[in-house]
Amino acid sequence: MSVTIKPVYDSARQSNPALTELKELRNYWYLLKQLVRRDILTRYKRSVLGVAWTMLNPLGTMLIMSFVFSNLFHMVGNYSIYLLCGLLVWNFFSQSTNAAMSGLVWGGSLMKQIYVPRTIFGISAIGTALVNMVLSLVPLFLVILVTKSPVYWTVILVPFVILIVAAFSIGVGLTISTLAVYFPDVLEMYQILLMAWMYLSPIMYPEDIIPAQYLGFYRLNPMYWMIKLFRALIYEGRVPLLSEIWPALAYSFGALVFGWIFFASKSDEYAYRI
Amino acid sequence: MDRVIDLNQPAIELRNVSVQYRLPTERVGTFKEYAIRWLQRKITYAHFWALDDVSFTVHKGEVFGLIGHNGAGKSTTLKVISRVLRPTKGRVLVYGKIAPLIELGAGFHPELSGRENIFLNGALLGYTREQMEAVYDDIVEFSELKPFIDAPIRTYSSGMYARLGFAVASAHVPDILILDEILSVGDESFQKKSYDRLLGFQSQGTTVVLVSHGMGRIEELCDRAALLEHGKIKAIGKPAEVIAAYRSDQN
Repeated sequence: MSVTIKPVYDSARQSNPALTELKELRNYWYLLKQLVRRDILTRYKRSVLGVAWTMLNPLGTMLIMSFVFSNLFHMVGNYSIYLLCGLLVWNFFSQSTNAAMSGLVWGGSLMKQIYVPRTIFGISAIGTALVNMVLSLVPLFLVILVTKSPVYWTVILVPFVILIVAAFSIGVGLTISTLAVYFPDVLEMYQILLMAWMYLSPIMYPEDIIPAQYLGFYRLNPMYWMIKLFRALIYEGRVPLLSEIWPALAYSFGALVFGWIFFASKSDEYAYRI
Repeated sequence: MDRVIDLNQPAIELRNVSVQYRLPTERVGTFKEYAIRWLQRKITYAHFWALDDVSFTVHKGEVFGLIGHNGAGKSTTLKVISRVLRPTKGRVLVYGKIAPLIELGAGFHPELSGRENIFLNGALLGYTREQMEAVYDDIVEFSELKPFIDAPIRTYSSGMYARLGFAVASAHVPDILILDEILSVGDESFQKKSYDRLLGFQSQGTTVVLVSHGMGRIEELCDRAALLEHGKIKAIGKPAEVIAAYRSDQN
C-alpha cells in the first residue's frame, strides 16, 4: 500500500523546545544575517554621515562626560579611556537587550503569519549590537592614539570578553522579551531599571568611591565584572585574574541558559498572545 | 493538464485538531493588576474554540478549498498547517515544504530598496541566499519593477508593493502552497498573470490549500472542499456539493 514517509512537520513531535529552537535557528542562518544587515543599513539610512554615527555617538558622550566628571574624580590614569571602556560595554548591553525586546514585539505581526524561529528577533538584535560594538572600538583606539596612551598586547583578548557580554545580553534579552509579551509595561519599566543599573555600575566613576561596607553588594552586579574584564585588557593592560573571570563567566552562562530555556518554553504561546 | 493526485500519499493530515483561544474578559496589562487579580483569583478568561475536533487529509497534488463564514476557523486552520500555531489538542502532520502566501509584503522594510527587500523577504520565507539569487531575475521581471528596483520601497505605490510581495512569495515551486484570499493583487493583467502562475504550480504537483469567499473560484480550481462552521467541519467533498451546503445554510 502506501509508502510511509516522514513528515516535515509534526505538531506532536516536539521533545524539547529549547533544542528545537536551536536546530531551527541553524536553518534560518541567512535570515539572521539579513535581519542584522537590515538593522544596520536602515538605522542611519537618511542621515548624511550614515554608519559613522555609530562611532561618533560614544565619542560625543565620552567628550561630554570627560568634561563634566574629569575634575570630580581625580584619577591616576587617562579618564577618557577609562570612561570609554565602561561606556562601550554598557552601551552594547543596554542597546542589545532593548532591541531584543522591541524586536520581538515588532516581529509579532510576522510570527502570526509565517513560521520563523522565535528567538531569531532577539538574536539578531544582539548581532546588530555586536557590529556596533566592534565599530565603536575604532574611536576607542583613536582616543588611545591621540592621547598617546599605551596600547597593550592584551587587546587581542578583547573578543573573549565581548563574547561573554554577548551571551549575557542574549540571556537577559530573551528573558525580558518573554516578560514583555505577557506584560507590555515591562518595556517602560526596563528603561528605569537600566538607568539605575547604569549608575550602579562603575562606568563613569572609579570603583574606589564605593564605601567598603557596600562592596560586597556592589559586586553582585554582573555588569561590574564584565566592565572590569574589558578594562583590565584595554585600560590596565593586564590579563584578568581567574577570580575576576569566573564570576563574569558564571553570570553570562547562567543568564544564557536560563533565558534560552525560559523563552523557548513559552514560544508556542507567542502567536496566541502578541 | 495532467495532474496526478496520489490518494495513498498525504500532503497534510489533521487529526482531531482543536485550537483554543484564551481571551481575558478584561484586559490585564500590568504586573500590579495581574498580581492583585491573581491573589483575588479573579483572572477570568473566555475560552473560545476556534477549531473543534477537525480532521481531514489533503492528498499530494490536490487543490483543497476551505469555505465558511467569517470567524468559522478558516484562517486558524491555515495557521495550524503552516506551523504558526501549535494546536491545543490533536495532531498536524505536514509532508513537504510549505510556502505561505502571507499578507503580501508583511516583512518589507520601507527604507530598503526593492532589491534588498527581495532578499530579506526570501530569507523570512526560509530560503537561502543561493536560492534567492537563482530566482532574482525572475522576480524582478515578473513584478515588472525593473526601473524602480534600486529605489527605497517607501516610494512604491501599494500596487507595486503587492506585486513585489507576490513575486517573491511565488518565486519557487513549493511542495505545499497556502493561499489566504490573495488572488486580488494589482490590476487585471497582473491578476491574470498571478492566476496563471498558480495554475502552473498545480500542474507541477504542488498541493494547494486555499481559502476564498469567491465560490466561483473554489468550484473552478478545487478538487475537493470543506465547509467550516463554528470551528467544525460541516461538509467535505466535491466543491459543488460543499458550496451547495454552504448556500443552503445561509438561507
